[in-house]
Amino acid sequence: MNRRLLLLLLPLGFLIVALFFYQRLQHDPSARDSALMARAFPAFEATTLRDESHHIDQRLLEGELTLVNVWGEWCPACKQEMPQLLELADHGIRMVGVNYRDTREKGKSFLDEYGDPFEVNIFDPEGDLGFDLGVYGAPETFLVDAEGIIRYHHKGYISPEDVTQRILPEVAKWR
Amino acid sequence: MALIRLFKAALFFGLVLTALSAAAGGIEVREFDDPLLAQRYHDLTASMRCPLCENQAIGDSDAPISADMRERVYRMLQEGRADSEIINHMVERFGDYILYNPRLESRTYLLWGLPVGLGVVGCLVVVLVVRARRNASAKALSAEERARLDALIDRRPS
Amino acid sequence: MLVKMIPELGHFALIIALPMAVVQTLMPLAGAATRRPLWMAYGHPMAVGQFLFIALAYLCLTASYALDDFSVANVANNSNSMLPWYYKLSAVWGNHEGSVLLWSLMLAGWGYAASRFSKSLPRDMLARVQGIMGFISVGFLLFILLTSNPFTRLLPNVPQDGADLNPLLQDIGLIVHPPMLYMGYVGFSVVFAFAIAALLGGRLDAAWTRWARPWTNLAWAFLTVGIALGSWWAYYELGWGGWWFWDPVENASLLPWLTGTALIHSLAVTEKRGSFKSWTVLLAIFTFSLSLMGTFLVRSGVLTSVHAFANDPSRGLFILVLLAITVTLSLGVFALRAPRVSHHASFSWLSRDALLLINNILLVIMTVTILLGTLYPLILDSLGLGKISVGPPYFNALFVPLTVIMCIFMGLGPVARWKRMASGELVGKLWLAGGAALALGVVLPLLYRGEWNLWASLGIVTALWIVLPLVRDVFDKTRHGATRLGGLGKLSLAYWGMVLGHLGIAVTIVGVAVVSNYAVERTVRMAPGASVDVAGYEFTLQELVSRRGANFLADTAVLEVAHTDSGRRFTLRPEKRFYLATGMPMTQVALRPGLFRDLYVAMGEDLDDGSWAMRIQYKPFVRWLWLGGLLMALGGVLAVIDKRYRRTPKASRTAPQEVTS
Repeated sequence: MNRRLLLLLLPLGFLIVALFFYQRLQHDPSARDSALMARAFPAFEATTLRDESHHIDQRLLEGELTLVNVWGEWCPACKQEMPQLLELADHGIRMVGVNYRDTREKGKSFLDEYGDPFEVNIFDPEGDLGFDLGVYGAPETFLVDAEGIIRYHHKGYISPEDVTQRILPEVAKWR
Repeated sequence: MALIRLFKAALFFGLVLTALSAAAGGIEVREFDDPLLAQRYHDLTASMRCPLCENQAIGDSDAPISADMRERVYRMLQEGRADSEIINHMVERFGDYILYNPRLESRTYLLWGLPVGLGVVGCLVVVLVVRARRNASAKALSAEERARLDALIDRRPS
Repeated sequence: MLVKMIPELGHFALIIALPMAVVQTLMPLAGAATRRPLWMAYGHPMAVGQFLFIALAYLCLTASYALDDFSVANVANNSNSMLPWYYKLSAVWGNHEGSVLLWSLMLAGWGYAASRFSKSLPRDMLARVQGIMGFISVGFLLFILLTSNPFTRLLPNVPQDGADLNPLLQDIGLIVHPPMLYMGYVGFSVVFAFAIAALLGGRLDAAWTRWARPWTNLAWAFLTVGIALGSWWAYYELGWGGWWFWDPVENASLLPWLTGTALIHSLAVTEKRGSFKSWTVLLAIFTFSLSLMGTFLVRSGVLTSVHAFANDPSRGLFILVLLAITVTLSLGVFALRAPRVSHHASFSWLSRDALLLINNILLVIMTVTILLGTLYPLILDSLGLGKISVGPPYFNALFVPLTVIMCIFMGLGPVARWKRMASGELVGKLWLAGGAALALGVVLPLLYRGEWNLWASLGIVTALWIVLPLVRDVFDKTRHGATRLGGLGKLSLAYWGMVLGHLGIAVTIVGVAVVSNYAVERTVRMAPGASVDVAGYEFTLQELVSRRGANFLADTAVLEVAHTDSGRRFTLRPEKRFYLATGMPMTQVALRPGLFRDLYVAMGEDLDDGSWAMRIQYKPFVRWLWLGGLLMALGGVLAVIDKRYRRTPKASRTAPQEVTS
């Protein structure tokens, strides 16, 4: 009888595997956290999108909770999420843009057309800052606390639901 | 088998490349003074996973981020950085996810250890089974083959 | 009028097939349990009817494609009126719904064939086999009808034209690869059904293995061809010259292949020697379960976000439930019915039995390793331990040594005797082959490229170690015939099947070893008139041409290639295409295939100054990879057509045959 019981472990074992698969069905396999989570916003030196003589660096992000949005004129989802970004700015959240792999002309006309929720835009034509942020496709959004530490990362398009269900709670948590 | 890969490739082409044009398939002219450096470039870009695509090495991928990463690898190699430095540089930014060769650490002990363990268990099983079967052979001889053996011996002219 | 109803007709045919499959499951199984011949007799007609109706449904879908019926969502999404007719026919399985229908059709086809060609089986055994085939069929028919109906209409807003078949799918490799692969996956259902039927009937003797062997070999041959085709297709179509990526999707097809290979060998032991009975049954269950699991993993979106296939979560859940029921039930039946004491056929260390045991254990270790590597990132993620990737470096690091160890025993296997043999005899048969393999393995790479490479040598020694003992064995076996040629003919087809199967592995190993170590790859900047030398070939870019294809624009590079030694010349035309309908750019590689080397040119980007980046690759022996696969499959087919397996087995033959050679 012992042997039978042992053998019954086989179907039982598989049921555990099946439960594991079931749990995996609820996951989006491509979702993953930024490697920069809980680390300082990377050091950078750049100019702003609107003023090429205005030099800025990582100290820009110290002192106040900031939502950093990486965008580009070439990115369709960036256009679609702009109303949500404007809404977030209306909530009094400080917004900083990273104009990623773009030209000044295109970047500026994008903001003129779709609205500008950003206090300032970091001009990143070569994608160097984007690279240091581990950005692999715009749009991406980072929540940086007053100490300049990255606290939340949103990959891709921010939907109106994301604003109320994810971003605002995170902002409240780290403010 | 490769069907899904293809759908992935398709989606990837459709959504990303129309949005942002970049080098295709990692086909870039890279000049190295030292063939060893070229080999290291090849090995590094083959062992890092594109963070955007479904499952491609950055050396094979058309994604813009892969082109950036290849460029960074190239630059760091030219600066004389060690492989480990380059790998750490990438992992700091994109996470362990990009390593096709997972590092040996506490969470991957089982990944590397289980096959080795299975090898040991396999050897053990072979030894145990064969030893059991050899004993069976002795018993089998005493039971049925003994009779045949006796018969043969009986038939032999004395 | 009837033409307009084709999709409904197809849908209706599927709906009719379902109750037939249900009856095919219930009646024969109940009949076998209660010994009622009349109930058991339901099996065959239902298998026939089910097959016919699914075939009708499949024909209807094909007709919808052929007639450009864009009111059918499946057609509208995957075809286009401009598509050549053969791509319209193959587009049927280029999508989720259609491919599941093809799966079901094949399942019903295997079920029909198993039912048709097994008349010599004891009635209850046959009934159980039919019932189990019916059971699997019920699952897949429900899957189609409930979650993946290919006949859904887009009414009343019928599109003017279809969205077109993905350009990457418009290719011969993609026409033949999936059907072969599915034939393999689905074909393992037959040996699965035999194994479960044997368990249910308490008939776990050597007889069932004898009936199951040809079916297993055939399914294995299909799967081998399917995998080889997939590798070949990825090589020429994806544009970077790789032939195996350890992609989860590839791994999913390799898993049942490995256990299937183990099963073929273990079936041989069980049939000839009566041992490893429970193990063989378990392997049969595992092999089909892994086929199902591969389907689940690939289509559910668990491994990677799958965009085109099942993006509907209910589909993933459905296959999971189907998988769970099938595997749990079969393992449960195994646990309850597996024989307590197996027949203890004896063997010693030096025996074919022991070698086949080692073969099975190694194949299982390979399977578990690949499964582990494929699922490990998911397990860590579920445990909240972060995201990692497991890729080619991991798999190669483990798979290569395991394969080498396997091959060491593979050299011994065919020449070893069952039960036991004297070590002196084995050494006597092998010392020459072993010595020659070592010597040639070291010398051949030197002769080939003048440059010694440890890994290439290891590969060649391994391959020769498989081949030379086989040659010796054939030589020994024909020694006693009147003429050697006559002796060759006397060897059984099953024996030749084994020889070809092993030879195929050796050929593939040579291909892997040489192409992995001697391939040359250069990426160069080329302007018209420029030339570059790669591995003894001079490539000259003659001109760049822009041309307009049927549905794409292309930049074509015309390369004149000259072989430096022989002076032979030919032209290669790699292309960069831009598909107008989808806006997809594609790299069309130019290939010059050859038995001993491929030349492979892919165009990169326009470098602004009129020159282009080109990747030129020299791939020695790359064809051997797939040639080996074809040889293996051919071996499988030869073993199937061996007359021995078509003779009516005597009902009384339950004792293991004594085989001495």
